[in-house]
Amino acid sequence: MAETHINTISGKPLESQEYLINMGPQHPSTHGVLRLLLTLDGEIIHKVEPHLGYIHRSIEKMCEKDSYTQIVHLTDRMDYLSSHMNNEAVSLAVEQGLELEMPERVKVIRTIISELTRLSSHQLWWGVFGMDLGAITTFLYGFRDREMIIDIFEETCGARLTMNYNVPGGLMFDIHPNFQKRTKAFVAHFKQKLPEYDQLLTGNVIFELRTKGVGILSKEDAISYGVTGPSGRASGFSNDVRKHNPYSAYSQVEFKEALSEEGDSYARYKVRIQEMWESLSIIEQLIDNIPEGDYKAKTKAVIKLPKGEYYQKVETARGEFGVYIISEGGKSPYRLKFRSPGFSNLSALDHMAKGAKIGDLVVIMSTLDLVIPDIDR
Amino acid sequence: MKAIIKYISSIFKALKSLFRGMAVTGHYISHPKEIITQQYPENRETLKMFDMFRGEVVLTHNERNEHRCTGCSACEVACPNGSIEIISKRIEMPDGKKKKVIDKFVYHLSMCTFCNLCILSCPTDAIKMSQDFEHAVFDRSQLTKVLNKTGSKLMEGVR
Ligand code: SF4
Ligand code: SF4
Repeated sequence: MAETHINTISGKPLESQEYLINMGPQHPSTHGVLRLLLTLDGEIIHKVEPHLGYIHRSIEKMCEKDSYTQIVHLTDRMDYLSSHMNNEAVSLAVEQGLELEMPERVKVIRTIISELTRLSSHQLWWGVFGMDLGAITTFLYGFRDREMIIDIFEETCGARLTMNYNVPGGLMFDIHPNFQKRTKAFVAHFKQKLPEYDQLLTGNVIFELRTKGVGILSKEDAISYGVTGPSGRASGFSNDVRKHNPYSAYSQVEFKEALSEEGDSYARYKVRIQEMWESLSIIEQLIDNIPEGDYKAKTKAVIKLPKGEYYQKVETARGEFGVYIISEGGKSPYRLKFRSPGFSNLSALDHMAKGAKIGDLVVIMSTLDLVIPDIDR
Repeated sequence: MKAIIKYISSIFKALKSLFRGMAVTGHYISHPKEIITQQYPENRETLKMFDMFRGEVVLTHNERNEHRCTGCSACEVACPNGSIEIISKRIEMPDGKKKKVIDKFVYHLSMCTFCNLCILSCPTDAIKMSQDFEHAVFDRSQLTKVLNKTGSKLMEGVR
């Protein structure tokens, strides 16, 4: 691999060799404190070793002392762009243990807000992806539309990002009277603006040259590394939890699972754009049919789960998020394990980036849509 | 020959794709009404947060300097990270009985995660979230606040 060059003065061969370089922990394109140790030959990547631990907060250990109501808010701080879905996963797992059936109203509201969260996450990803490729414009456009969603959240639950809106047994509050109006206004707005995204980035020649054929992940590799979510689906790995194990109101709605075969960065991009259209359609199907009823099922003030093991998975904006609770019958879990999509997706990075250039690594990482606190919890 | 034509047409296609993007930017230059940027802090007077917005925990007082907190510590227990400390004291009532009231309601804004669990747990609705979001201070100690005002007492009839 290492080529030999001739020293022009002495005439002796020069040995070139691999060298190591740190990317991060404070690199702008790692979107957080991720440190990658790159083994390079010139600009060609031979190996990528992620070093974690910079933002470890031992969330799983903290869960062992917290009550089930308190655990929910910790998951906000993992994948903060999918906080609602993370909250939902814990809530569903606890409800599964309590054998509680949620009122229809709760299911529908949870689904709508999940899809809004997915949209806001993809919008942010789109903006940041453009920025990683050197186009600051996209960042501003992405944030413009995302702000409307964040306003909906803020009006209904009071928080913009770390929502903590799900509680075991339902929702924290009922939706705000303006919720439906605002959501409809957003859907109408975003249906007009989403083609703008294509116009700005999708057909752009620089963008296409930088993404097409870069960071190819085959379907077999996606499955063996456990790459889920849009990143896995771009390789043809059909893994949408919403489709295969429907929870909340996903069994009532019709939507297509966005799939692609190529598995390159461009395919991952297209799948996410496609997902945004699907999310819009899901919201449209549900927003006019929010059933009347309670926003919360009756639970005891102190929730104790019966002895046993409970697992619940949901589809976040990044893939399959799982919560595994082992309960000894007390008011906090004996052990709690999170299966975070970011961690598995990151594990495929080395494989995908082998042989690529450093500039491509930025693209690959960006299309994997890594959120570091989700990887390192 | 074919290759040259293909090469030249790809250049034109590439240029076209660049102008397609520029058209979007151009649209917004010529339509300043569609720009949504807000000028903060210039718009501080008119900037209003939503009523639900979780700014910080406050203890509500009425005009007679009375609050509704009985010192039951339910919020302290509900808080996942110890942001609330209820320090209570015993006072002698006019009829000779001793009663537990709050001495200090200490709130550590620096540790609060704005999860809203304390508000939900309060049986007497004594605390709520204010919409204030400008929390920056020069010294961390300023973020530890005593929420009950000096001389305040428990509202009549709240137990
Ligand atoms: S909002 Fe949450 S973290 Fe903050 S004081 Fe209340 S319970 Fe504690
Ligand atoms: S604020 Fe409410 S919950 Fe907290 S001590 Fe006072 S009465 Fe109890």
